[in-house]
Amino acid sequence: MSSVKVKLKKTDIDKLAEVCKSFNNEPGELINVLHKAQEIFGYLPSEVQEVIAHELKVPVAKVYGVVTFYSFFTMTPKGKFPISICTGTACYVRGAEKVLDEFKKELNIQVGDTTADGKFSLSCLRCVGACGLAPVVLIGEKTYGRVAPDDVKQIIKEYMDQ
Amino acid sequence: MANIKLTIDNKVVEVPAGTTILEAARQNNIHIPTLCYMNLGDMNIENKPGGCRVCVVEVEGRKNLAPSCATNVAEGMVVKTNTVRVLNARATVVELILSDHPADCLICAKNGNCELQTLAQDLGIRKISYQGEQSTYREDTSPSIIRDVDKCIMCRRCETMCNDVQTVGALSAINRGFEAVVATAFEQNLEKSTCTYCGQCVAVCPTGALTEVDHTQQLIRDLADPNKTVVVQTAPAVRAALGEEFGNEPGTLVTGKMAAALRRLGFDHVFDTDFAADLTIMEEGTELLGRLNKFLAGDKNVPLPILTSCCPAWVNFFEHNFPEMRDIPSTARSPQQMFGAIAKTYFADKIGVNRKELVVVSIMPCLAKKYECQRDEFSVDNDPDVNYSISTRELAHLIKQSNMDFNNLPDEDFDNPLGESTGAAVIFGTTGGVIEAATRTAYEVQTGKNLENVDFEQLRGFEGIRSATIDFDGTPINIGIAHGLGNARKLLESIKDGSNKFHAIEIMACPGGCIGGGGQPLHHGDSSILKARMKAIYSEDENKTLRKSHENPYIKSLYEEFLGEPLSEKAHHLLHTHYFDKSKNDIFID
Repeated sequence: MSSVKVKLKKTDIDKLAEVCKSFNNEPGELINVLHKAQEIFGYLPSEVQEVIAHELKVPVAKVYGVVTFYSFFTMTPKGKFPISICTGTACYVRGAEKVLDEFKKELNIQVGDTTADGKFSLSCLRCVGACGLAPVVLIGEKTYGRVAPDDVKQIIKEYMDQ
Repeated sequence: MANIKLTIDNKVVEVPAGTTILEAARQNNIHIPTLCYMNLGDMNIENKPGGCRVCVVEVEGRKNLAPSCATNVAEGMVVKTNTVRVLNARATVVELILSDHPADCLICAKNGNCELQTLAQDLGIRKISYQGEQSTYREDTSPSIIRDVDKCIMCRRCETMCNDVQTVGALSAINRGFEAVVATAFEQNLEKSTCTYCGQCVAVCPTGALTEVDHTQQLIRDLADPNKTVVVQTAPAVRAALGEEFGNEPGTLVTGKMAAALRRLGFDHVFDTDFAADLTIMEEGTELLGRLNKFLAGDKNVPLPILTSCCPAWVNFFEHNFPEMRDIPSTARSPQQMFGAIAKTYFADKIGVNRKELVVVSIMPCLAKKYECQRDEFSVDNDPDVNYSISTRELAHLIKQSNMDFNNLPDEDFDNPLGESTGAAVIFGTTGGVIEAATRTAYEVQTGKNLENVDFEQLRGFEGIRSATIDFDGTPINIGIAHGLGNARKLLESIKDGSNKFHAIEIMACPGGCIGGGGQPLHHGDSSILKARMKAIYSEDENKTLRKSHENPYIKSLYEEFLGEPLSEKAHHLLHTHYFDKSKNDIFID
């Protein structure tokens, strides 16, 4: 388990209750509610899961079970600059894994993690539809094409002082 | 429902539509092995995730093998349960499970009582053809239950008990694939979860993944210590189940042999929790009548219905889930704790022993009792009223270690003064028993009349939620009964929304009551065992000369010599308690 302790504000709790209500507080809508909640908070800390469990009247353990089952859901907040490395077929054969390894090494984190300063998080995705630029790296909305492992240091540096 | 004809292993059988292949086979004496499957039919408890694939069978015309527990019969179906293909598949499944299972069977707490072990033996597994990574997870020890998740085979029976039957919701499967385990919310220790320690997860776990905290070594040391006086109390349900551990038929009463065994183990005084059960009736019954009479006199603010408070898992449950209703349960302590409080004051004084040199041990069908002993409010200067509790299973182990031929022991009696009891106390061990015992006494106290027939059949049975109206000489008293915490929740919700009006309610956390407790010999999914134990309890009651708690002569002298009268200041101090709001622990938000 990896989670950051947060204290939810009253407005956050109300917002979550609102989301649950929009799904009629149906226990069967748990996954949809979690999707919405992650949209709002960017991740699903334990406090958010507790509010949802309370609203939908399902055990917190069940909510945690669903959150940990689906890789889409995360309990780790995304970094200020989320880095996504495409590991689709085209990018992969053109060396995406080496690029990924370089990012892991430079940031000293694993896929799914966020750096301690909250600046960068690392994830993989499958094909962004720019295979001509393989291997592709996305940082926030910005796309980097034909990335070589040697470029990684420089790319990270661009965001260091932001 | 229409019947369906099919062929299983060349035998034409007929079963109702909607029956599974597994059930159809079992009804016709064909025993397809299972592992994750569990069916306690009488209590509507079923677990069939179709996950383990041990029960696969061949169905003619079907390409893949079918899990018989989750496949319904169809007209003209031809099923084969023991072809080479099926046997190979079953062996492979078990070998794969064993390849990720610790091989410490010989020293495992479940050695000899493990369904995985039995299955491997029955299937003749002599080698494990697969070698791979072993999943590991930290061990989690709570006051009552130990989780050793490395031994979990993900049958998810514990989840079914915890969520569907008990509605406690402490356990859930988390993560996926090889990483999947059964855990609590945010993988906290059980102690920090909503767990009530009812132990029903332990009662159904097929392997050694869930076991009880074992106090037998400590007990052996205490018994050998010449500076300590060790007294024992045994709960009513223990005598109706202990015999099973020594090969006796379920439902064999071993009260006398148990007393003999305890004496031979070295206990200085062999007492009975039943004595304290009689005492509970005096206190709880008086409390009930007090509230009832206020209510009947027109006081509408009096908290009713009164709820029984003997069951520690039930107490934990309402402290977690219904803290706003915590003024409703009786304040009477459980018989275990009443016994401890009396033993360490009244009895210690009588024999001239300092309470710190007196060790009070309880034998319980229950795992929540282990936790209850440790509650702060039940100790004086860090000296618990009941030092620790051991389960029926632990007692059986202890007797076996002590080289006793249990079945050939003579029948002996309990010691006095804390060993005398009435039939009313014995029935505390089964669902409906506490309220029946209370009714026997309350009726006589309230009406001033002698109760001719003490058998209240309308309060007995196996139904999860029951109700009955008892005529108290013109005053109808409405009584509710629930066993299993899921049923308790339903009953409590109905009180909250006002749809049910009861004067008194009995709740026991375990299906069947204490006879089905988490510390009892494992029933391995056979609910007829619980029924046999229930029958044994009622027969012990019938054979008692005294069957009403207030007729117990030693209870009378306890009040005369020591307590004064029920609900006296001294009784309040020693025999009553208060409850806490534990819901705050469950949620981090304010």
